[in-house]
Amino acid sequence: MPTTAPGNLLMTTVDKAARWARTRSMFPASFGLACCAIEMMATGAAHYDLGRFGMEVFRASPRQSDLMVVAGRVSQKMAPVLRQVYDQMPDPKWVISMGACASTGGMFNNYALVQGVDQVVPVDIYVPGCPPGPQSLMHGILTLHDKIMTGEIDN
Amino acid sequence: MTDDTKSTQTLDVWVAGTEEPELAPTDEGAQEISTDESETRLDEQFGRVVEDDYVFDDDADPEERMILNMGPQHPSTHGVLRLQIELEGEIIRRTKPIIGYLHTGMEKTGEQLNFSQGGTNVTRMDYLSPFHNELAFSLAVERLLGIEVPPRAAAIRVLMTELNRCSSHLVALATNGMDIGAVSMMIYGFREREQILAFFEKTTGLRMNHNYIRPGGVAADLPPGWKDDVDAILDELPRRIQQYDDLLENNPIWVGRTRGVGVISAEEAIAYGITGPTLRSAGVDWDLRKAFPYSGIEQYEFEVPVGVHGDVYDRYRIRIVEIEQSLRIIEQVMDSMPKGDYRVDDRKVTPPPRARIDESMEALIHHFKLFTEGYKVPPGETYVAVESPRGELGCYLVSDGGAKPYRMHTRAPSFSNLQALPITMADSLMADTVATIASLDPVMGDVDR
Amino acid sequence: MTDEHGSPEAGTVGEAVVVERLMPDNPVLRGLFEGFDDVAWELSIGQDVARVPRARWFEFGSAAKEAGFEVCVDVTAVDWMRQRPERFEVVANLLSMRHRLRLRMITTAPRQEPAVASLVPIWPGANFPEREAFDMLGIVFEGHPDLTRILMPDEWEGHPLRKDFGVGSVPVQFKESHKVS
Repeated sequence: MPTTAPGNLLMTTVDKAARWARTRSMFPASFGLACCAIEMMATGAAHYDLGRFGMEVFRASPRQSDLMVVAGRVSQKMAPVLRQVYDQMPDPKWVISMGACASTGGMFNNYALVQGVDQVVPVDIYVPGCPPGPQSLMHGILTLHDKIMTGEIDN
Repeated sequence: MTDDTKSTQTLDVWVAGTEEPELAPTDEGAQEISTDESETRLDEQFGRVVEDDYVFDDDADPEERMILNMGPQHPSTHGVLRLQIELEGEIIRRTKPIIGYLHTGMEKTGEQLNFSQGGTNVTRMDYLSPFHNELAFSLAVERLLGIEVPPRAAAIRVLMTELNRCSSHLVALATNGMDIGAVSMMIYGFREREQILAFFEKTTGLRMNHNYIRPGGVAADLPPGWKDDVDAILDELPRRIQQYDDLLENNPIWVGRTRGVGVISAEEAIAYGITGPTLRSAGVDWDLRKAFPYSGIEQYEFEVPVGVHGDVYDRYRIRIVEIEQSLRIIEQVMDSMPKGDYRVDDRKVTPPPRARIDESMEALIHHFKLFTEGYKVPPGETYVAVESPRGELGCYLVSDGGAKPYRMHTRAPSFSNLQALPITMADSLMADTVATIASLDPVMGDVDR
Repeated sequence: MTDEHGSPEAGTVGEAVVVERLMPDNPVLRGLFEGFDDVAWELSIGQDVARVPRARWFEFGSAAKEAGFEVCVDVTAVDWMRQRPERFEVVANLLSMRHRLRLRMITTAPRQEPAVASLVPIWPGANFPEREAFDMLGIVFEGHPDLTRILMPDEWEGHPLRKDFGVGSVPVQFKESHKVS
C-alpha cells in the first residue's frame, strides 16, 4: 500500500473544501443605494475587475446571492426593505458595509438616516471611505475571503 | 389576423424521401398568382405590416388589472426608486413613482454646516455630477456675498464641470445600454470614466464627491502637467465614442427597443418642468449654458443638440453629441486658460496661503476665524441655476446674516424629471419601462436629497 | 426683509394713487405687474421678486403663465419662526423660455394651519415640489390632487425642516472602549 498520496490527489477536510468553494464564487446581491454604488459598479467594471474573484455577476434576486454589499446611505424608509432583502438571502450569507454612511451614518448625523447599518443587519466587514475607492472595496472583499478561509467568520 | 381566406394558401412541406404513401401528394402544378391585389394584401406581401398574435382587448374588465411593485431594490431602477404600476396584461395603464428611500436630510444638514463646509454636503446630492452641485451652491453664495471669482477660477470651473458632464453621460450610456441588454456598454462606459476619474483624483484628491468648487473660487490650482492628462482624454474619448456608435447606432435591436419608446411631447415636457436632455429630445432648444450663461461659459463655442421625436433613441444620441460638444469646450478652455489666482483675493472669504500663517499674525487670525466660525454672509435670498447633465440644477439660498445658511434648498433636476414617468409610461408595454427610466437618467440622491 | 422703497405712506398697500409704485423695466414683467395693484415688485440682488398676498397667489400664477412664464421651476418654503409676522414664506420660482426671464413669487403663510392655493392646475410640474414642501414644512396646498408625504415614511410625525424640529443627531461616543492593559 503506498504511504504517500500520488501527485494528482488532494487531501483536505470537508470544512476547508466548503470554505474554499464559498469564497471562490461569492455572488453579491446588488444593493447599491447611493454614491458608493457607483464605486461598486466601477469595481465590477473592466479596470478594477471583480470578475477575477468570480464575483462580477451581481445577482438581482437576493435568493440567489450570498454577499450583500450595502453600498450607500440607508434612510429610515429603506431600513425595513434592507432587512427584508437580508432575510430573503439563504445561509451562509455575509454583509459588507461599504462606505461611511453605511457603517456609521457618515457625515449625515440626522433624523433621516439609520446611523450605521449594523442596527438593522449583522455586518461582517466595514469598509471606510466616502466613497471608498475600488481598491478599498476589494481589500474589504479579500479580507472577508481570508477570514472565511481561516474560519474566523463562521456563518 | 385577417379572415380573408382566399389569400392564405396552406403549404405542405416535408423532407424528401419520407412521404407517407397514404397521403395524397400535393399539386405542384402551375403556381396560381393570387387574384387579391388589395392594399392590405400587398402590404402583407411586401412585409410592410407585421401580423402577430397580440390582440389588444379594449373592453377589458377593470378587475383584470394587476398592481405590480417595481423596486425599491431592483437592478434596473437606477437606485432606490419604487414604481407602482397598474398593469393590464402587458400594457401599463397607470404609474405612480414612490420616492424617499434615499432621503438624507441634506437640506437640514445644510443648515448646520457653515458656508465653506456646505460644499461637502451639496456635492453628495447628485453624486454623478458633483461639480455641478458645488457650482450651483458656490454661485449662490458668491451672489449673496457680492464677489466675483477671477477668470482662472471660472475657467477651471468650466473645465471640471464639462469633464464631469462627460463622465456623467458615460454612466448614463453605460446603464442605459446594460438595462436594455447591451451589457458591453457597461464595461465601455466605466472604462472611459476611469481615465476622467484619474484626472479628478489628481486635481481634487477624490474620485467622486470632490468638494473642490468652493465659494470664492476653487480649492486648489490645477496640478502641473494637467494639460497632458487632458490631452490624453481628448485623444481617447472621441475614438471610444465612435465604438459606441458602431455598436449601437444602427443596431436593429437597439433601434427597435428605443425608437418610439418613452415618447414625450414638447408641451408635456414644458408643463411638467422637465429640463435637460429629455426636454431637448422633445425638440425644445433650451440649455442654461446658452440662455443664462454662468462662469464665463459664453466665451466658448459649442452647440446644443436638439432631438426630434422625443423618444429614448433621441436621448441616447443627444448624450453622445453632448459628450462631443463638451470635449470641444474642454479643448478651448485648455488652449485659453488664463493665468492668475485660482480664488478670490478677499481675505474675509478665502483662507490665506499656509506659508503666510507662520509670518503674519493677521493671517493666522483670519485662518482661525474662517475655519472655526466661518465667514458671515449678508442677509438676502437668491436662486442660481446651472445646467447639469440631467437638467436645471438650482440652489435657492436664504441667509439671515450668519455663518450658516438659513435655508438651503436645491432644485433637483431628477426630482422634476421623474414626473415624466407617468406620462411616458402610460399605455406602453412593460418592457419599455426599463428603457424609459434609463433614458430619463434619474439619480436618486438628487431626487430624495 | 425689505419694505416698500421710498414710500412715505407705508401703511396701506393698495392705494397706488399717491405713492410712486416701483415697477420693473422689462415690458413683459411690467405688463404683468400692472394688472395687480397689491403685488409688490422688488429686486433681490438683481433678480425679480413679486411679493404676492396669499389670497391672490393662484390668480397671479395664472396671469404669470399667460404672460409667458411657461415653466414653474420650483416651489418651496422657508420657516422664519418668530422673525417675521407670518411664520412661513412660500416661494415659487418661474421661468419664461421665450422671453428668457426668471421671476420669483413669494407669499406668506401663518403659523396656525398654513395653507396656500396649489399651483398644480396651472403648472402640473409643481406637483412633486409642493408635496415636498408639505412633507418637510407642513404647508397645506389647497387643490393639490395628492397631498401626501413624499420623502419621509407615510407614518412619520412632524415636519423635519421646521426650525422647531431637531436635527435628530445621535451623540457620538466611544462605546465599550478597550482598556489597554
